Amino acid sequence: MTDVRIAGVGLTHFGNHPERTGRDMFAEAAGMAVSDAGVQRADVEALHYGNFMGSLAEHQSHQGPLMAEAAGLDCQATRYETACASSGAAAREAVRAIEHGDADVIVAGGMERMNNMGTAGATEGLAIAADELHEVRAGVTFPGAYALMARAYFQEFGGDREDLAHVAVKNHENALGNETAQYQRAITVEDVLEAPMVSSPLGLYDSCPISDGASATVLTSEEYAEEHDLDAPVAVTGTGQAGDRMALHDRESYVRTPAAEEAAEQAYTDAGVVPGDVDLAEVHDCFTIAEVLALESLGFYGPGEGIGAARRGETTADGDRPVNLSGGLKAKGHPVGATGASQLAELTKLLRGDHVNSDAVPDAEVGVAHNAGGTVASCVVHVLEVVA
Amino acid sequence: MTDPSEYPNQGYDEWIDAIAAGEGYHLVCPEGHGSLPPRRICPECGAGGLAEEPLPASGEIETYSVTHVASPRFEDDAPYAIAIATFGDVAITGQVRDVSPENVDAGMVVTVDVDESATDDEPVVVFRPR
Repeated sequence: MTDVRIAGVGLTHFGNHPERTGRDMFAEAAGMAVSDAGVQRADVEALHYGNFMGSLAEHQSHQGPLMAEAAGLDCQATRYETACASSGAAAREAVRAIEHGDADVIVAGGMERMNNMGTAGATEGLAIAADELHEVRAGVTFPGAYALMARAYFQEFGGDREDLAHVAVKNHENALGNETAQYQRAITVEDVLEAPMVSSPLGLYDSCPISDGASATVLTSEEYAEEHDLDAPVAVTGTGQAGDRMALHDRESYVRTPAAEEAAEQAYTDAGVVPGDVDLAEVHDCFTIAEVLALESLGFYGPGEGIGAARRGETTADGDRPVNLSGGLKAKGHPVGATGASQLAELTKLLRGDHVNSDAVPDAEVGVAHNAGGTVASCVVHVLEVVA
Repeated sequence: MTDPSEYPNQGYDEWIDAIAAGEGYHLVCPEGHGSLPPRRICPECGAGGLAEEPLPASGEIETYSVTHVASPRFEDDAPYAIAIATFGDVAITGQVRDVSPENVDAGMVVTVDVDESATDDEPVVVFRPR
């Protein structure tokens, strides 16, 4: 089976861009990715595109062909939707199609437009990733759902808001030099603890921002990359996806994310690696507690042990295994449908050495991307390795 | 966007009405797995033939949060406490009423009821301290 190479990546600036159309943002990201890859547009055989709430934000469904056209691609195009894991799922299906010999060149990416809906509209839009009848109608917001998990975690394992604050501080620090990040400013633990409460125990600085942006990757078969002499040293060597019960109250535990555990196990097995081999990770820190749950589900820490990782300096840029060197969703921003593919784009640059934070991981060979939907009722995990 | 209150949800609407009448129920499959309506197939084992059984008279709060930033549907309700409470073999998400949000705690014994949203008068599943 072929190794799937990441031949090119592209990202728009993530941030507050309410005036930008989705098609314009995706065209920018896809154009960058195609140029970065050095592939012919005519060779692109499919677009796998992730988007969560374009039907609400832009009154636009059937975005696949719209985005292919905007990117100058003449090929089949499908929109994938698994909430905040939409472009992780889109990329995974692209990887599988290339692995199975169905295609040699696929563009996988995503886009989300949110700020044109206003804060209230975006909050309501995000909430539809939860169960409308049994969660949303009870008043569960997205931060509220993760707050329920954070409270349960504190009760079961200990830890406190200050532990979580260190996650936010770390990710803001990592984004300082990242030009596509929404926030390029440092914050302190005190800033996090003193920020207005959103849904206790999570405050404003425990939460990712509302973001507009797009991401794209060009994935090719190993054979195509060699035949066309592409500079594509990074491969997707493992992929996994798993699901869980939709509503948080239907889970066996509120402090474990078994969909992520299962997706990680699949991806590790696929790649032939173990958690100890992983040099760096981009994980889905939509809220600070989500990074903690991700670290445990990926096998980097046992249950209850991930909460202090940032505080102890183990996941910081100079730690043993840096996590979210891009700034993560927290500081780089979270245009939800773009996030999964943006993690692959950031990891690719980190691994091939042209990321502003590549110096933190000069010898890294194995990276992991963890992309979650809802309260991890969907999860996609990818393993990336330097192979050339 | 379609207002969620403008269309019926068969199975769910009857469940809300039953809780409001003090006759709350959950569904139980032939294997004994509990779940909430509307549901045709047991999510645990795939069995059909789900039967309605009364909810226990009281439940226990497992986790909770006080929400200060609400969606437009609950903007006049904020701050409000949301919680997950277990009632026998099912868990339910609802708002905690009849107690100030800062006094809500895990382990609190509650009953389930239906109240109105302060924002749009739509029915909301609520818990009240027993």
